[in-house]
Amino acid sequence: MITTTSLYDQFITLYREKETTQDNDWLKDLRETAFEAFSGKGFPTTKLEDWRFTNVSPFLKEDFRLQPGAASLHGLHNAAHIPLLDAYEVVLKNGMLNEDVRIPGVKISPLRTALKNENLQSYFGRYINTEKHSFAALNTALFENGIVIEADKNIICDKPVHITHVYNAEEAVFIQPRILIIAHKSSKIQIVESVVVIGDKPLFINNVTECYVAENAQVDQYNLQIAPSNTHLVNFNQTVQQSNSLFNNYTYSLPDAVFVRNNLHLDLNGTNTESHLYGLYLAGGNQLTDNHTVVNHLFPNCLSNELYKGVLLDNARAVFSGRIYVHQDAQKTNAFQQNNNILLSNKAVVDSKPQLEIFADDVKCSHGSTVGSLNKEALFYLQSRGIGETAARNLLVRAFAFDVTNKIQIPAVREYVEKLITRKMAEAYD
Amino acid sequence: MLSIKNLQAKVEDKQILKGINLQVNAGEVHAIMGPNGSGKSSLASVLTGRENFEVTGGEVLFDGKDLLEFSPEDRAREGLFLAFQYPIEIPGVSNINFLRTALNEIRAYHNEPPLEAKEFLRLTREKQKLVEFDAKLTNRSLNEGFSGGEKKRNEIFQLAMLNPKLSILDETDSGLDIDALRIVSNGVNKLRSEKNAFIVITHYQRLLEYIVPDFVHVLYDGRIVKSGTKELALELEEKGYDWIKEPVTTASV
Repeated sequence: MITTTSLYDQFITLYREKETTQDNDWLKDLRETAFEAFSGKGFPTTKLEDWRFTNVSPFLKEDFRLQPGAASLHGLHNAAHIPLLDAYEVVLKNGMLNEDVRIPGVKISPLRTALKNENLQSYFGRYINTEKHSFAALNTALFENGIVIEADKNIICDKPVHITHVYNAEEAVFIQPRILIIAHKSSKIQIVESVVVIGDKPLFINNVTECYVAENAQVDQYNLQIAPSNTHLVNFNQTVQQSNSLFNNYTYSLPDAVFVRNNLHLDLNGTNTESHLYGLYLAGGNQLTDNHTVVNHLFPNCLSNELYKGVLLDNARAVFSGRIYVHQDAQKTNAFQQNNNILLSNKAVVDSKPQLEIFADDVKCSHGSTVGSLNKEALFYLQSRGIGETAARNLLVRAFAFDVTNKIQIPAVREYVEKLITRKMAEAYD
Repeated sequence: MLSIKNLQAKVEDKQILKGINLQVNAGEVHAIMGPNGSGKSSLASVLTGRENFEVTGGEVLFDGKDLLEFSPEDRAREGLFLAFQYPIEIPGVSNINFLRTALNEIRAYHNEPPLEAKEFLRLTREKQKLVEFDAKLTNRSLNEGFSGGEKKRNEIFQLAMLNPKLSILDETDSGLDIDALRIVSNGVNKLRSEKNAFIVITHYQRLLEYIVPDFVHVLYDGRIVKSGTKELALELEEKGYDWIKEPVTTASV
């Protein structure tokens, strides 16, 4: 069947016909507001500053099935197995969790069930600006299900939680997963996310993750974006930190997803917080990897440190836009941001836009961006010791990425990421 | 072992080697001296295959093979080694990983299996001791945070590990204090054998008191203008380079 209706129209119809009897009143209101925003604005175009370098419209032309539901994808998550990673394993099938997962002190439940609990009202959807962000609005209006991870007060989760997203792309599908992470006071949790895709039809994932880090809590979030070339991923991450909390985000976009757009928004809603945002994108072929980050310093004495590194091969394109916003009250802020890129092909392109807006007068802030190629002297030095050109490049790329890979706190994950970089670099120069 | 015949090379449009002839046999140490800009380091660069140098004439045979046909890595695998004048720091590449990769790539070239981890470590320890290089190498990036002296000693340590047939030391003495100079020289002397050879590039006779050469050549304006034994180095130290320059400049007009 060939549909001539646009994807936008299909979503409008879908919303109007949607059965919402399951939802609480507050959730209905939330969806309605989000829907109004989406229906008013539609999908973003390059006329918007936030989408200036990324034209998403070619990716929305497929005849997607919109709400595919939980597919039977049994056992396939093994493909995302991370060797030697000792973790609590959670598998989401097309964005859905079948049943509760019990971990001491940590509750992992299907989102729809959990949302019946009124307590979640103060977290869910509360900090996302759906007026401004169409994809997040669309997700809020139409998400079917997802997952809630809640770490109880004072709980130090002894092992990482590894979430494997399994997607069935045997037909073209548009999936909207939703994740809510709540780390209550003085808790600590590490979350590792990875992706498995079966089938080779276009897959569009419009994910929203919300993360709430309460007072004195710590959340480490590892997002391993390793998916086949038919994958299009739009990922909106809204994190809120309360006083004395620590948040570490590691976003690693490795081949071969054709399109990845990450929005990482961090609100520092208390004093004495610490945040580290590490990003690595390695892209080849015709991949487009776009990272937009916003760090909002709202209170005094907070530290944020952001380092994003990119390696681009072939015709790959990347966008980095980082914004640090220091509000007037946020005195004694330490905020640092750095984006470095290596282009290994004449056709690769990167648009890098570091931004700093400061309204307080007693702060330490820096931002910077570089684009370059591999150091020829270093390459020659390695070759002069008998190391072949491919291996030498590989060593240098790994060295370049080292500043972000060595920040990974879980050795098994670090090794896994390094192996993937090595493998990609070996393929690239074969 | 190495036979250079009428070697000419240029960088961009500047002719810098204008016909070098040099024969190096196994077991020999040759010193190449000469004033700044005479082409000493360029000769090292051409022999090891640095990218921006273009050979415009002549030939170089290394154990009978055409050296200039090989890529830089294959020259190293054939047994050529350059101790850099300015060893580069490479943050993120660990010393140990680098050495293991280099050693195993050279072994693979000669159809030898990779060294086992234990054997590699034993070799590392043995050679570190031999060249008196006690810097901690594990968990440290290549040359990162090394002093000038340590970098030069690391070059000699790599030389010891890779065991090349022909080593070129490019102004290894520059920037070394007298103790480091002695240590580096001792390392080289311990590695000298009937099977290998060295080309020592230096400005000063001082190094040659420690590494005693069999032959001394003076390079000036892209040519070897004088060759002799170690006494030539002493003569140069005494008289400077001017007496060498005179006849060449006149002759070339």
